Formats: sequence, C-alpha cells, structure tokens
Amino acid sequence: MTSLARSARWDRFYLPALAGVLFLLAWHLLVAWTATKVFPSPLEVERAIAELIRKSLLWSYIGDSLRRVAVGFGAAAILGIPIGLMLGWYPTANQVVNPVFQLLRPISPIAWIPIAILLFGVGDPSANFLIFLGAFFPIVVTSVNGVSNVPSVFRQAGRNFGLSPLLLLAKVIFPAALPQMIVGLRIALGIAWLVMVAAEMVAVNSGLGYLVIDSRNAGKRYDLVVAAILLIGLIGLALDVCFRKLETIRSVRWGFRHSA
Amino acid sequence: MSLMEASLPSTALATKLRAENVSMTFERDGNITAVLENINLEVVRGEFICLLGPSGCGKSTLLSIMAGFLSPTGGQVQIDGETVRGPDPRRIFVFQERGVFPWLTVEGNIGFGLFKMPRSERDRLIAHYIRMVGLQGFEKAYPLELSGGMKQRLEVARALAVNPDMLFLDEPFGALDSITRLTLRRELLRIWEAERKTIIFVTHDIDEAVQLADRVVVLTARPARVQSVVSIDIPHPRDISSRSYLDFRDGIFKQIGLAHQV
Amino acid sequence: MRKSLHSLRAVVFILVLLLVWQLAIYRHPHQLLPGPLEVLAGITDLARHGLLLKYIVASLFRVTWGFLLAAVLAIPLGLTIGWYRRAEMAFNPIIQILRPISPLAWIPIAILWFGVGDLAAISLIFIGCFLPLLLTAMSAVRSTPAVYINAGRNFGLTPSGLVFRVLYPAVMPQLIVGLRITLGIAWLVVVAAEMIAVNSGLGFLIVDARNAGNRYDLVVAGMVTIGVIGLLLDLAMRSVERMPSLRWGYATD
Repeated sequence: MTSLARSARWDRFYLPALAGVLFLLAWHLLVAWTATKVFPSPLEVERAIAELIRKSLLWSYIGDSLRRVAVGFGAAAILGIPIGLMLGWYPTANQVVNPVFQLLRPISPIAWIPIAILLFGVGDPSANFLIFLGAFFPIVVTSVNGVSNVPSVFRQAGRNFGLSPLLLLAKVIFPAALPQMIVGLRIALGIAWLVMVAAEMVAVNSGLGYLVIDSRNAGKRYDLVVAAILLIGLIGLALDVCFRKLETIRSVRWGFRHSA
Repeated sequence: MSLMEASLPSTALATKLRAENVSMTFERDGNITAVLENINLEVVRGEFICLLGPSGCGKSTLLSIMAGFLSPTGGQVQIDGETVRGPDPRRIFVFQERGVFPWLTVEGNIGFGLFKMPRSERDRLIAHYIRMVGLQGFEKAYPLELSGGMKQRLEVARALAVNPDMLFLDEPFGALDSITRLTLRRELLRIWEAERKTIIFVTHDIDEAVQLADRVVVLTARPARVQSVVSIDIPHPRDISSRSYLDFRDGIFKQIGLAHQV
Repeated sequence: MRKSLHSLRAVVFILVLLLVWQLAIYRHPHQLLPGPLEVLAGITDLARHGLLLKYIVASLFRVTWGFLLAAVLAIPLGLTIGWYRRAEMAFNPIIQILRPISPLAWIPIAILWFGVGDLAAISLIFIGCFLPLLLTAMSAVRSTPAVYINAGRNFGLTPSGLVFRVLYPAVMPQLIVGLRITLGIAWLVVVAAEMIAVNSGLGFLIVDARNAGNRYDLVVAGMVTIGVIGLLLDLAMRSVERMPSLRWGYATD
C-alpha cells in the first residue's frame, strides 16, 4: 500500500473518528467539570437509549415518526411534482401562481397548527398535514426550476424528431429535469424531517419529537431529551444518505457530478 | 545539457531562466503519471520563447513550475541565479482560464498589484495601461460586460502594470476566435518590443509559435521531453506568406511528424 | 407592458382565491374558520391596538440577534474549515449528524439554560442558522476557482491579503444567497419558537389568539402578517444580490 493510499484512509476514517471521539470526550468533561445536575453526559444518554429499547418504545416511536414523514412527504411529492411540472411547462401559469406561493412559503408550517387542529383535530392527520405543507413548496419550486432549466436545445431536438407535446414532456423534459427534481426531493425530505419533529411536539402523542418534549415535561429526563435529539440526527442523516443513493442510478447519474 | 542553438553567443547575453533536469510526476489515488522528463532549457533575458506541444503534453505544467506554482519532483528552475520557490510579482502568470477578478472593474483589476503605490502614481499607471491595451472607455466596466478578447487584454494589462521582468502566458488566446487571436498576437508583440520583457508563451498552435517566438521549444507528447529548439530568426513584423516563414513552419510540422496535407 | 399584464393576472388570481375562500365560508356559517374579510378586520384591530407593531418588532428583534450572531461565528469558521481539506474531513460527520435536527428539538435544552424568554428564542434561531451558514461558507470556499488564489499569490499578497482581497470577494455572492436562505429559515424558526417557548411575538399571537378565545380571525391575521414580513425580508436580501459589485456572481455565462 503506497503512502498516499494510507494517508487517504487516515483522512477519511481516522481523522473524523478522532474528531468524534474528542467531541464526546469534551462533552463528558464539560458535564463533569460544571457538575450540572441536569445536563446528561454521553454515558447517561447511551443508557437512556438502552432504556428506551428495553421499554420497546424506541422502535415504535421511530416507526411513528417515519410513518408520518412518509405520508406527508409522499402526498407532497404526489401532488407537488405534477403541479410543478405543469407550472414549469406553462411559464405564464407559473407567473400567475408564483406570488401566492411566495406569500405562503415564509409561513412556518408550525404556524398552521391551530388551523390544522381545527380542520383535522389533534393527532396524526394534523401532523401529516403540517409535514405535507413543509415539503410541498420546495418540491413544487424545484420541479418548476427543473423544467425551466432544461436547455432549449433539448426541446428543439425533440420537436425536430416529431414528438407531440405530451411525448415531449414525458420523453425529453421529464428525464432531463429528473436530476434536479431528485435533489429537490432530497432537500424536501430533510425539511419534512424537521417539520415532523416540530409537529410531533405539539400535535401528537408519540414519535421522536413528542419524546423530546415529553421527557422534559414528564420529569425533567434530560438524558432522554438528548437521546431523542441524537436519534433525530442519526435517522435524518440515514434518510439523506439513502436518498443520495438514488442519485447513483444510471439513468440519472449523468446529472450529478460525483468526485472520483 | 544545454540545447541552445549555436547562433547565440551565450557569454554576451544574460541568462534569465535556467531549467535543469526538471521532471514532474503526479500521484493520484495510487496512480503515478510522469508528465515531464528531464527538461533542460536556458532562456536569455528579453527573449520571446514558445513552448509548443500537443494538448496535455505537460507544457502548462512546465510553465507553472517555472512560475513557482508547482514544485518539480526532480531538478530545479533558476531565475536570475536564484532557485524558484514560489510565485513572485517579478514574474507574472497570465492564466488560461480567465484569471481576471470578476468582482473588480477594469481599473480595479489593473490596479490590483499596485497596492503599495501612492494613489496618484497608481491612477497614472492604470490609465497608461488601459490605453496600451486599448480598453479606453471601459474603465468602470466589470469583466462580465467584456468580451473574451477584452478580458484577455485586461489580464495582460494587469500583469504589465506591476512591471514584471518575466511574463508567463498559458495559451492566453486559446478561447478566442481566430480574428481576435491575430489582433492580440500583434498587440502582444508590440508590447514586447516596447518593454522587452522575457516572455515564455505556451501554445499548441504551430502558426502562433512561428509568428511570435524568437525560439520555439518543441515538446513531445506526455511524458514531455524537449524534442528540439528551433531559432526563428525572421525579423518582426513577420510576413506569414513569406518563404522563410513557411519554411520554418514546415520544419516544425515535420518535427512533430505531421505531413502538411490534411 | 407585458410585465404589468402578468402582475395583473397574478392579482386577479389572488382575488379569485380570496373570493372562493369567502364563498366557502358563507356556505358553512357556523364554524370557526374566518373568511378573508374577517381576517382583514382582525389585522386592523391588532394594528389599532398597537399590538401588531409590537409583535412584529419582537419577532424581528429575535431574528436579528440570532441571525447576526450565527453569521458572525459561522461564516469565518466555515471559510476556515472549507479552506483546509483536513478540517473539513474531520468535522463533516459531526456536521452531517447535527444537520437534520430541527432547531425546535433543542427547546427543552434552551429553556433549561435560558429560561422562557427572549434569550431562549434567540438561541434557537442561532442554532437554526448556524449550520446552514457554516455549510454555505464551506461550499463557497471550495467552489472558488484556484486561478484567483494563484493570481493573488502571484501578485505578492500576504496570507491576510489573500483572505481579504481575494477570498472574501470571491465567496461573497454565494454567501449572500446563503444568508438570504438562512434568513428565511430564521423567520420560520422564530415563529415556531414563539409558539412553543416564548410569550410575545407573532408566533405567540397565533397560539394566544386561539387559546384565549378561539379568535381564529386573529390566528389567520397573524399568519398573513408572518407571510408578508417573511416575503419582504426575502425581497430585501434579493435586492442586495442586484448590487453592481455583486452581480457578477449571479451572471449565467
């Protein structure tokens, strides 16, 4: 093994591992040094996770959170992609609708909670609705951009080969826009995950977000709070990584430049 | 081993740059690529040298080494008797991909290297070089408003403003249309004759090399070695349909192994 | 001429939506959802009592502090980490784990350290802005063409000269876009944080209006205000992108 390959391994694995270990160490030392009675140390967090597993709450909570994200994000994708494609295909329609989007977009999905509860009551449907809201706008916007960024040469070539508008959309525009749309979906999934946490803190009685709030309210169990936060980070990251694998599928790989 | 032609008495003219056994290998993910092999070259002060070779042969790498942006894996480059260890304002590199700073105006770019000067002196120099490269009227323009040829002229002006001894040009006209190229070659020669800097110019265009250079260093394909050094002793301005020009051109074509029929 | 036609169509579209909304409310008279006219009345009501301005200022105050604090810390740090490849590889996994965590998940910790109030809200906004800005700065450094750095070295710039005269101008367009997007995030976070953890501001207005008497007209009035202010913030940042000394960064070749 050449020295170059060895240093690459060091860079990619050992260095971040070292950084991680140092981080945990610093955390542990800070907790010990400030002698705080409430903030947990890494070991206490790990024990809290074990406790959750023992009480078989861990997997059911994770399952609940994932389910809500799946429903909300799925609905946003199913509705958002066709709408985005249409708006991208008909720029005049987009110019008419866009201002409404621009007004609705800065409103945090959380602000919709009272309305959501009014319409759907407390429970899963409200949470799903909020997640849907959070994911919907990014998906529409990136779909619109994906379509409008398709170079006009592609459209011209398609028409040159005698494709009808519908075929043009399906066989040229859609594949050409797909990479950008996949990136948009991945980002929207990340947003959905964020909204899920917030939605669960106010609207439901299970899930990771609920765990964060409930652990504090029901007994100042900050070790569970931090455990929940950590799990939220890890699972969110796992979702992102899985989605990135989609970008390696051969029919879309051309749209992504991966470093060698 | 020096490969200088016998027509230049080496004692009478000062050597500006000397490359001694310069070699360069790159390592990437465990693959070793030899790019330059044993390059030996002497450049006289005030000369216009062209490094000529096919694309990818390593001539840009050699130029970067000479300018101090890369360290050779073997051998060394000496300028004015000192080993080159890094980039220096006395030898300015004109980059292949446009190196002008897009956030500065034409004036801002030309004045970039003049930060140690008092304001009035700096302004005077900026105006002088704007005139020299023909960018009057565009003082406050940003590069995004300029054409490719104008951006290249701006970069040359920026380089000249700090009055370097040497200029390194890496295929500066490569991205331009052929008419602009001819115009800019003429302007570059005009500037060179006025200021007599030592210029090392990288190109893959045989015509360009024969039109511009005092001597053409012909490099082989990768790993590049000096195949030959051709002295072009036609005085400027060179008639590109004259017998001597065509002879030199054909000579180099033959060296590279290309018949002059397409 | 074309542009005003488009704006007209957009306005008409919005009016149509409002009309549909109002009609839907007429058809179902005995429920709590307000129509557009009631919302309008709610807005003027709040404005008259001076509450609207007070809540807007409270929310903006928190956003400003949290956002600026995050920017001042995250951008230099991000530029540094982006510059040194080793640093980036070392810290990247930690950053990737922290990134999917909603700032709101930190509410219990924030309340633990700062109690209920402005400081907690500001800390949440800070948390929500820090990583996006850090990542923006890292990405901006990485995408700076090496030519610019090399040219700077060529002209004899010192390391600090390189940073201030080459690196900062080169990354500025990307940073501004990142700042605009992160400001949008900050606005989302402040509203959510105010709904859960604080006792003033536009988010609190929404929660309080509902709790204190099912005043859904005020709830929606609050939502509209949030939307408008958020949009204004975004437009303000976009106008920065149009400044001549920055416009180069957004030119499509």
